[in-house]
Amino acid sequence: MKILCFIQTLDGKANNNSLESLFAAQEISKNNNAEVHAVVFNKDVATKLSSYKLNSVIYINNSELETYNPEYYLKSLELINNELNPDLLIFGHSYETRDWVPRLSARLDKAFVSDCVNVQFESDLHFIRPIYQAKLNEKIKLNNQGIVSFQAGSYSYENIIEGSCSIEEKSLDLQIDLTVRPGERFKESAEGVDLSNAEVIVSIGRGVGKIENVELVKSLAEKLNAQIGASRPVVDAGWLDHSYQIGSSGQTVSPKLYLAVGISGAIQHLVGMKGAKNIIAINKDPNAPIFEISDYAVLGDIFEILPKLIEEL
Amino acid sequence: MKICVLIKQVASEDSPLLLNEDKLTLKTDSINFVSNEPDTYALEEALQLKEKNDATVTVCTLGPESSRQVLKDALAKGADNGIFISDDGIDTSSPLSIAKTISAALSNDTYDLILSGLQSNDIGFSQVGLLVAEYLNTSHASLVMGTEIINDKSDIKVKLELENGWFQWSELSLPSSLTIQSGINSPRYATLKGIMSVKNKEVKEYTKNDLAISEDNGYSVVEKFTPLKSKETTTIQGSADEISNQLVDVLKNKLRIVS
Ligand SMILES: Cc1cc2nc3c(=O)[nH]c(=O)nc-3n(C[C@H](O)[C@H](O)[C@H](O)COP(=O)(O)OP(=O)(O)OC[C@H]3O[C@@H](n4cnc5c(N)ncnc54)[C@H](O)[C@@H]3O)c2cc1C
Ligand SMILES: Nc1ncnc2c1ncn2[C@@H]1O[C@H](COP(=O)(O)O)[C@@H](O)[C@H]1O
Repeated sequence: MKILCFIQTLDGKANNNSLESLFAAQEISKNNNAEVHAVVFNKDVATKLSSYKLNSVIYINNSELETYNPEYYLKSLELINNELNPDLLIFGHSYETRDWVPRLSARLDKAFVSDCVNVQFESDLHFIRPIYQAKLNEKIKLNNQGIVSFQAGSYSYENIIEGSCSIEEKSLDLQIDLTVRPGERFKESAEGVDLSNAEVIVSIGRGVGKIENVELVKSLAEKLNAQIGASRPVVDAGWLDHSYQIGSSGQTVSPKLYLAVGISGAIQHLVGMKGAKNIIAINKDPNAPIFEISDYAVLGDIFEILPKLIEEL
Repeated sequence: MKICVLIKQVASEDSPLLLNEDKLTLKTDSINFVSNEPDTYALEEALQLKEKNDATVTVCTLGPESSRQVLKDALAKGADNGIFISDDGIDTSSPLSIAKTISAALSNDTYDLILSGLQSNDIGFSQVGLLVAEYLNTSHASLVMGTEIINDKSDIKVKLELENGWFQWSELSLPSSLTIQSGINSPRYATLKGIMSVKNKEVKEYTKNDLAISEDNGYSVVEKFTPLKSKETTTIQGSADEISNQLVDVLKNKLRIVS
């Protein structure tokens, strides 16, 4: 078996999620002796990768690949795939992966098992991916060659096995008519709340039901001397300003206590708060994924519990 | 301009998810089916583009009979016509299969824009709209947070959400397929007049036999299962009074958040 792992880079650094997926590739190789090759578009990162236990590092040296453009990325991987013919292409499930790898899957006619959290070695190689917002998992088998991406945090890149391997440098013919012309990256003016140093955060999820009920949670926060945070749907609905959002497209927080009220625990929310020292979640669904990472799983209805709790505090 | 919006019927967030003995299918009787939430943002974006640029909006779904409802809801909100593709005999467990089927149906017309949700709330491949871009040979963008038709309707300018609070503007040639991120707009409600208009709007029908699509998509679901817990969790339950007492004890004595 032959594995090719793509290492995404930004400003001369490897993306951590890509490195995690590189470790996943090494894990798979440990079980079935697969060859593991890495492909990267940045020279410094290629050098770094050559100190890992891999069969080779392929460094593509093309100026078109210096910043992200899905069409050049697609063409490059299409060409490299056709040359190397890997059984498995592996990616970290980053936003860039979301953007261009599905198209690669269609172009190569290779199935793409996206957003996996684990691999199981049974009689076949099985990939585990969450479905129904992580309330269930599905176990997938690839019938032929395929593509897999791993969710951020599924593996730890600190475990990557060191070694040494050669770097193969290539330049590709990337003459294509571009239909996508990306501009500069920018940040919206940073107004609003900064929760990065908050000691206690009471976070509001969609389970709170409607904007009128936000006040109820705010009075609990006052009693606990806590700051307010929110999940994305709460912000999308306009119940709170965008700056309160916690998660992959919002703030990352690590308070002493994170009290989640009516939040289900989707991965995009968890990545923003799982560093909290203590997590209490109030939810009426015993199977809510947030309970899997909670220290205290409070099973019940917000509207019965909060008024009592506020009164007693 | 012609715009097509892909809308999928999914289980609502609060539906109980009970697996059948086959460990592959869910018990559907207890499930409440709704339009996939991200797709309602895609529909709203299409309707706003229609108002600004004089366009027709087609809504397309692939699914069982019950999923005709998502078309009705979209037509009531202002879409002009629909495409219903019956999933009978089609492998809907694989993203390639879904996208090949939808693309085959859409290829009978030419659309300037195809809008889809970023991700389905059930299977969540986050792939279908982008696979369709490849099959129909259009430009694409994902995680779109803003749109504007430019250059005499030959291009579209989109605002993209990137990781860690970054954004980016990008210009795409039309035709294009965009996946829409939630929060881009505020989806409207149907009006009574809109609901009344549904029965006069055309819905084209396709079945597997109308569409030449390959069988093996390289992807098999072995089983579905409930995830195991990874952390030591103390469960607090009971009456509201009991829960509240225990929580106060945790907050005061264990975590020392309040005195
Ligand atoms: C690319 C991408 C980026 C994203 N970025 C973010 C992000 O940065 N932050 C973020 O939060 N999300 C983000 N999301 C969205 C994320 O996937 C989830 O959709 C979102 O986190 C769900 O929010 P929620 O838990 O509040 O709502 P839901 O998933 O709807 O959960 C509501 C919960 O409330 C419970 N509940 C309902 N009523 C009651 C009651 N009366 N009492 C007790 N419990 C009740 C329900 O059981 C349920 O568990 C992103 C998604 C994508 C695809
Ligand atoms: N069966 C379907 N019918 C119509 N649209 C679909 C279907 N499956 C996926 N889509 C569209 O593709 C988007 C992404 O779905 P997915 O790739 O499953 O995460 C959804 O939000 C829909 O807009």
